[in-house]
Amino acid sequence: MKYLAKAKKVFRDTDQMKIMLTDVKKMLLTIMRFGILAGVGYVILSPVIGIVVNSISSNKDAYDPMVYVLPHSPTLDKYKVVLERLNYFPTMAKDLLYTLSLMVVQLFVCSMVGYGFARFNFRFKKLLFACVVIMIVIPSHTIMLPLYMTFKSFDPFGLVTLIYGKPLNLMSSTVPMYLMSFLGCGLRSGLYIYIFNQFFRGLPKEIEEAALVDGAGVWYTYFRIMLVNAMPAVVTVAVFSMVWQYNDTFFAKLFLISEDVVISKKIASLQAVIANQEQILDPTIQELYLDAGIVLVILPIIIIYILLQRYFIEGVERSGIVG
Amino acid sequence: MNRETEHSPEVKHSTVKKHSPGKKATLLQKRDRMGYLFILPWLIGFLAFYVRSIFMTGQFSFSALTMDTGGYTLSNVGWDNFIYAFRVHGSFKQVLTSSVLNMMLDVPLIIFFSLFMAIMLNGKFRGRTIFRAIFFLPIILNSGAILDALALSASMMAGGISSAASEVSSSASSAAVDIFYYVQLFQNLGIPMELIAYVVGVVNRINEIISASSVQIIIFIAALQAIPDSMYEVAKMEGATGYETFWKITFPMVMPHIITNVVYTIVDSFTVSEVVDLAYATAFTEFNYGLSSVFSLISTLITCFILVVVCGFLQKRTFYYN
Repeated sequence: MKYLAKAKKVFRDTDQMKIMLTDVKKMLLTIMRFGILAGVGYVILSPVIGIVVNSISSNKDAYDPMVYVLPHSPTLDKYKVVLERLNYFPTMAKDLLYTLSLMVVQLFVCSMVGYGFARFNFRFKKLLFACVVIMIVIPSHTIMLPLYMTFKSFDPFGLVTLIYGKPLNLMSSTVPMYLMSFLGCGLRSGLYIYIFNQFFRGLPKEIEEAALVDGAGVWYTYFRIMLVNAMPAVVTVAVFSMVWQYNDTFFAKLFLISEDVVISKKIASLQAVIANQEQILDPTIQELYLDAGIVLVILPIIIIYILLQRYFIEGVERSGIVG
Repeated sequence: MNRETEHSPEVKHSTVKKHSPGKKATLLQKRDRMGYLFILPWLIGFLAFYVRSIFMTGQFSFSALTMDTGGYTLSNVGWDNFIYAFRVHGSFKQVLTSSVLNMMLDVPLIIFFSLFMAIMLNGKFRGRTIFRAIFFLPIILNSGAILDALALSASMMAGGISSAASEVSSSASSAAVDIFYYVQLFQNLGIPMELIAYVVGVVNRINEIISASSVQIIIFIAALQAIPDSMYEVAKMEGATGYETFWKITFPMVMPHIITNVVYTIVDSFTVSEVVDLAYATAFTEFNYGLSSVFSLISTLITCFILVVVCGFLQKRTFYYN
C-alpha cells in the first residue's frame, strides 16, 4: 500500500518521472552490459572449462549420458599417466628456462634499441626506424626458407670454415633462437622495440639532463636511471614475450628444436603415444588423456598470468603505447 | 640571459646538425653518435637476417634449388616458378583468394567488436578485473601445438564427416555443447543443409573473431583511458546525449589507434593463414624450395599492398588530437 502511494506520487510529478526513467535506463544498460560480457566470456571460457572437466573425468563418465559438465566420479588417473609420458618435470624445467632466458635477452636488447631510437638524434634515424616498422609488418614466414638455409650451414663470412673446416649445422639446437634474439630479431622483437621507443619518448628529458650535468655517462644513465623508470613497459614486454615465446611453434618447427626443450611439441604427438604405449584404442578415452596433457602444459602460463595480470593491464596503459 | 642558455640544449635536440668538415663535433653530437652503439645489435641482426633473407627469398623464387652437401646450388629458371604457381598448381590460387577474402571480412568485424568490448570493459563496475582477465585469456591459450592436437583428435573421432561439420568441431570440440546433435536435429526438421552450413559458418566466425581480438581490446582500453575526463564533463554540461558523445568525442580520439589495430590485425591474420601452411608443406614435404619462396613472396607482396592501400585510405580520414 505504501508503494502504491509512492508510485502515485511519482507518476504525478514529471521531474520525479524523469529521475525514475533515468534510473531504469541505467539499470537496463548495466544488465545489457553484464549480459554481453557474460556471453562473450562464456564463448572464451567454454573450451577451457571443457578441457579441464574432461581431464578429471573417469572412463565411465565419458560415456555416461547423465553427465553434463561435472563428472560423477572425478579422478586424477589421467594426470598420473600423462605426467610420466610427457616426462613432465624435467621437460617443463628446461622449457621454462629456455623461455625465461629468451625473455630476459629480448628485454635487454629491445629496451636498449628502443632507448637508442628514442633519445638520440643520429643521421638516418627516421630511415632506420622505418626499417623497424617494416620488420614488424613482414610476416616471419617470408624469410623462413632463407633462415633455414642460413642455419643449416652456418658460415658467416667464411669464418667457420676457417676454424672447423666445414659449416656448422645448427638445426635442432636452440642456438638460432638465441642468436636472433641477441641481435634484436627474435620473436616479435620489432613490436617490443616499438613499445620501448614509444615509452622512452614519453619520459621527461629533465632526468637525463640532470644525470648529464651530474657527470653520468651514457651507459650509467641508461642502466641505473632510464631502465628503472621504465617498469610499466618492462612488465608489458616481459609478459607478452614470455607468453608468445612459450606458445611459439613456428620457429620450434622450423629450427627442429627438440621436444625435450619445447614441451608443446610433445602435445602434438601425445595422443599417438597414449594410443600405442597404453594400448588404449578408443579415441574418446584418448582425448581425456590429451586434455590432461593440455592442462599440464598450459598450467605454468596460467599461473604466471593470474599472478601478473593486474600489473600487466596497468602496464599497457601506463607504458604509453597509446596516447 | 640564463633562460636562453637553459633552453638551447632543447633546440639542439630537435635538429640534427650536419657535421661540417674541419669543425670538431659538439658534445651533443658526440653523444648522439652513441645512439648508433645502442642500436648496433639490432642493426646487425636486421641486415644479416632480414635484408639478406628477403634478397635470398627473391633469389630462390626465380630459380630451382637443389640441396647438396654443405649448402645448396641455384639454377636460374626465370619466371617458371611463378607461372607454375598461378597456372598449374592445384590449390594456390584458391588458398590465396580465400585467405584474402577471409581477412577482408574479418578485419572490420574484429575492429568493431574490440572497440565495442573495450567500451563495455572501460567503465568502473564490479567484477571488472575478472572480466578483463577472461578477455585476455585467448592470447595465453593460442598455442599452435594445442590447436593442432585438438584438431587432430577431433578428426580422429569424426572419421569421414563432411567438411562443414568438421570445421565446427575443431573450434567447439571441447565446448560442453554437442554441435553434431544440433546439426542433425535441424537437418531432420527439414531445414536445407546449405542454410545450416551457413549458420554454422557464421557461428564459427564469431568464435574466430572473439579469439583474435584480445590484443586489440587491450590497446583500445588503454586508448579509451587516455581520453581526459574533462571532455566528457564538458559534453555532459553542454547537454550532449550518449550517442553524440560517442561520435564526437570517443570515436575521433580513438581513430589513430584504429590504424594501429588494423595493421596488427592484417599482419596477424596472414601469419596464421593457410598460405603459410601451404608454403611450409611445399618446402619441407615436397622439397620444392623455389615454389615455396614464390608462395611466401606473393603473399607478402599482397599483404604489403593491402596495408599500404588501407593505411593510406584511413590516414586521410583520421583526426589527430595533437
